Amino acid sequence: MSLNLNMKQVKGNLQRLFDKNLTDLVRGLRNNKDNEANYIAQCIEEIKQELRIDNISVKCNAVAKLTYLQMCGYDISWAGFNIIEVMSSNKFTCKRVGYLAASQSFHPGTDLLMLTTNMIRKDLSSTNQYDAGVALSGLSCFISPDLSRDLANDIMTLMSSTKPYLRMKAVLMMYKVFLNYPEALRPAFPKLKEKLEDPDPGVQSAAVNVICELARKNPKNYLSLAPIFFKLMTTSTNNWMLIKIIKLFGALTPIEPRLGKKLIEPLTNLIHSTSAMSLLYECINTVIAVLISISSGMPNHTASIQLCVQKLRILIEDSDQNLKYLGLLAMSKILKTHPKSVQAHKDLILACLDDKDESIRLRALDLLYGMVSKKNLMEIVNKLLGHMERAEGSVYRDELLLKVIEICSQESYQHVTNFEWYLTVLVELIQLEAGSKHGSVIADQLLDVTIRVESVRKFSVNEMINLINSFPSSSQTSTMYEVLYAASWIVGEFANQLDNPEDALKLFLQERSIPGHIQAVFVQNSIKVLTNIIERACESGDLKSIECATEIMEQKLQYFISSGDIEVQERASATREIILALSEALNGEYETKKVTNQDLLNDIGDQENGNVITSNLPAQLTDILNDFKSLFDGELLPVVANAQRKVKFPDGLNLDEWINGPISESSSDEEDESKGDGLFVSASEKTSERGSRKDSFEPTPEELEKIREARKMLQAHNPNYLKSSPSGSRQANDNGDYDNIDDIPIAELNLDVPLKVHSKTKRSDKYLEESRKAQRKENKKENSSKKSKKKSSKKTKKPDVVSDSGSEEESKPVHLVNKIVDMPEGATLSDSEDKNVLDLNDPHRALGNINLDDVEEFYAPPQRTSKIKHVEESESSKLKEKSHRKKKESIPEQNLMTEEVNVKKDKKKHKRKKEIISEDVNHEKLTDILDVEQKIKKSKKKSKESDKMDAEKSKKHKKSSKKSEYEETL
Amino acid sequence: MMQFMLLFSRQGKLRLQKWYVAHADKVKKKITRELISTILARKPKMCSFLEYKESKIVYKRYASLYFCCAIEQEDNELLTLEIIHRYVELLDKYFGSVCELDIIFNFEKAYFILDELLVGGEIQETSKKNVLKAIAAQDVLQEDETPQGFFEDHGLG
Repeated sequence: MSLNLNMKQVKGNLQRLFDKNLTDLVRGLRNNKDNEANYIAQCIEEIKQELRIDNISVKCNAVAKLTYLQMCGYDISWAGFNIIEVMSSNKFTCKRVGYLAASQSFHPGTDLLMLTTNMIRKDLSSTNQYDAGVALSGLSCFISPDLSRDLANDIMTLMSSTKPYLRMKAVLMMYKVFLNYPEALRPAFPKLKEKLEDPDPGVQSAAVNVICELARKNPKNYLSLAPIFFKLMTTSTNNWMLIKIIKLFGALTPIEPRLGKKLIEPLTNLIHSTSAMSLLYECINTVIAVLISISSGMPNHTASIQLCVQKLRILIEDSDQNLKYLGLLAMSKILKTHPKSVQAHKDLILACLDDKDESIRLRALDLLYGMVSKKNLMEIVNKLLGHMERAEGSVYRDELLLKVIEICSQESYQHVTNFEWYLTVLVELIQLEAGSKHGSVIADQLLDVTIRVESVRKFSVNEMINLINSFPSSSQTSTMYEVLYAASWIVGEFANQLDNPEDALKLFLQERSIPGHIQAVFVQNSIKVLTNIIERACESGDLKSIECATEIMEQKLQYFISSGDIEVQERASATREIILALSEALNGEYETKKVTNQDLLNDIGDQENGNVITSNLPAQLTDILNDFKSLFDGELLPVVANAQRKVKFPDGLNLDEWINGPISESSSDEEDESKGDGLFVSASEKTSERGSRKDSFEPTPEELEKIREARKMLQAHNPNYLKSSPSGSRQANDNGDYDNIDDIPIAELNLDVPLKVHSKTKRSDKYLEESRKAQRKENKKENSSKKSKKKSSKKTKKPDVVSDSGSEEESKPVHLVNKIVDMPEGATLSDSEDKNVLDLNDPHRALGNINLDDVEEFYAPPQRTSKIKHVEESESSKLKEKSHRKKKESIPEQNLMTEEVNVKKDKKKHKRKKEIISEDVNHEKLTDILDVEQKIKKSKKKSKESDKMDAEKSKKHKKSSKKSEYEETL
Repeated sequence: MMQFMLLFSRQGKLRLQKWYVAHADKVKKKITRELISTILARKPKMCSFLEYKESKIVYKRYASLYFCCAIEQEDNELLTLEIIHRYVELLDKYFGSVCELDIIFNFEKAYFILDELLVGGEIQETSKKNVLKAIAAQDVLQEDETPQGFFEDHGLG
């Protein structure tokens, strides 16, 4: 019996011999590309069986396969317990596989992690350094706050291990521990500091890495370490570490400007001497940061800035796109503080706008706002518009759009001289960027410009009429509709600038399928236009036009009253009531007084100058007309965005206090409250609301018709409804001249949507041309005046002044911006908004609160004076070191500039390789592109060429054998 | 600090992924998908840097494989390119003229090498020699275990 059982076990284990191993799985996956899902399902089933077998090697194999599947995107979280089982094996092989699986599939939120604490602790204290190493590497990927707390001491012990390999890993691991468990920083800090002077360069570099990361989040804790770092910087030749140290100084200088002064010299030396681009770039960045932080104290650092800008120019001019990109990136940092130095390289930056790489163009765009002036704005914007027409990819086009607006609108339109031009550009942007997300940005600009630049209003109103007229409703995305909102508001508000208000009215009330909140604005603004018509009528005495306008509105409003959008419906109904009241008053006047139209007009004509309609009209009508006029009286001034917040709370106002005591809760109460909440909607809420509204149901005309029919049917069958034909009731009410609304002779607006032909010259080009002409003229004038000046200058000094002002004149603005904005008392424009909202997701939030000052006091009292002395000392010692370093750096250890040589090599090798490339996967050597250093070395080793040939041969041999093996698998 | 490293083929197949910052699987997949499609769409002459959400992306193509890293705003892009390059060199030394298939079939080795180069997203060992030494030593440990362990494990010892 027992023998039988034993046999069975052996048999089972023999079968295990034929289990798929990892290679089989990968191979199988490649062979089953067509039914991958089936194959995977089958494999997972097998793996599950294997995991049930009580044999750690089988499980280990299964977990290795799972890790591969995880990478392919399959969920293996169900096997967490098995992974831990494999991790806990005594065998190194299993540990390695187990920890790898854990690092790939566990995360700090995994529940099973609490099972691992003791196991990991055991591994960390293992006598085999690689057990601990594997554990540390794995742990770094899934460490949780709990694990950090429990294992902090164990990892700290490893920091002083005798093996550099473990010290190194433990030091780096501590950073993850700090992030998860900030309290560990205090006890660990002295040890970490000690590691900065570790005999092993790897450990040293690891400690620098960790402190550099820590200092970026909270620099003040690490100021006391500056002398040590200064020494390291001036002695080390390890570029990896130098970069980190320099980065660290970049973080420290903002809080200790004196350090910055010390740094400038060694950094500029490095910039001059280094051949490693990564180090050069880091130095430039830090010099920029230093100069920004000490700019107030030391004005004379133009030389350093010049050096940086010069080096950056070399980077930008380089054929390597990476360097070009980074050069532009660094330039934008300089631009913020030293715009002049960057402006000198305007040509270079403008040239980058034409680069074939989009990311480089975007970086150049970032710099553009510093490059514009009154003189070249039109030209640059024109160029950008050209880019926009050509550019593919909506992201880039959107970015261009924003940039155009940004550079034009910066500092209250500082550089815009002609606002007719700017408005034309905006309208062109709308036409160009049908799919843009930034409709509301353009809308804001339209409103802002029209409100603040008084002289451009008439032009703007006409442009907006054209815009509404030609706006193709189907092709535009929903955000672009926002410009209609702005357009209709502008036309409504400044209706007095209209040539023909009736046309505007008809335009507003046209039936079109646009979002509800914009329709509502159209309805609202139609009243404004009507008010304007009334004003004009009162002035001219042509009451007929009022009548005509009300008729139009009454008819057209029907469409809006039956709108699906509640806001539109409400506004339309309210508007109709107002109009009905008005037309009633008008008609009533005709009835009672029996005055002929002509008489009435004459009467009013007499009163024209008085602007108030008096005795000849009944008081009721006069009142109504005057009321109408006062509806939208007065001018709106622009208000600062944050003005509301600056309004001081009146004394004694307590918003938390009950005005009336709380009443017992009822459902209606709640409703009221929720309504009340909506009363003060912040701007952001409003926009989101808008967004949601857009999504609301918009019935098509057919659907509307159906709904209307259904409603009529319902009404017809409802005994509670008074049944009468709508026209009949209207007749009874109105006593109008017309029996039927349909009889009113209204000429249908036959609006031809203009066919847009993209002509080569845009409308805005006109202005550019004009300005160019003007400039030419101006130049001529200047020349002639210069000539005349030459003649006359000896006589008087006056012409000099004249010609100067003359040359300035051409850049003088055609329009003036109203910079006065409404503000409450006590508020200033410079009041910035509070942006210091803490980011709750920042993993370093807690670390920032840890103060290490007391730790410092305890272990090493800070001595500022000695520190600076130290700095000076090390500086002098640095000079000695410099020559030494130069030698070392000439070996291109980490040189990125080898691309081109490599590409050539690559091509040669390619031919050689072609024979062994399989159909499916590239056998191309990944490291065909390797440092030229190796190749140089190779060529240098001509003496050992024979050896090398052999090596090459064996390599080839190996490769081909590998190839045949893989071909088998395929 | 590096946030993650991805290796993927020209066909858009993921070959390796290492995350140094915790994300939900869904988020990881979304990021991976987005990055692979963005990077594959870029032309060869374009620069190796991208902006992606809050982080900077540094990528480089070696033969048929793309190596792609995400770093923080303050990090040095060129240094990241060096790290990628260093990793490729290590793979090359370890496998002897590495190709994509090496990484597919020995993906765990590729992970082990990466773990010796980077810990928690920070560079650990800048010396190629030391990394290879550590890997070799661990491989020896594994080999020592396998032969006699094999039959024991299968109940045949």
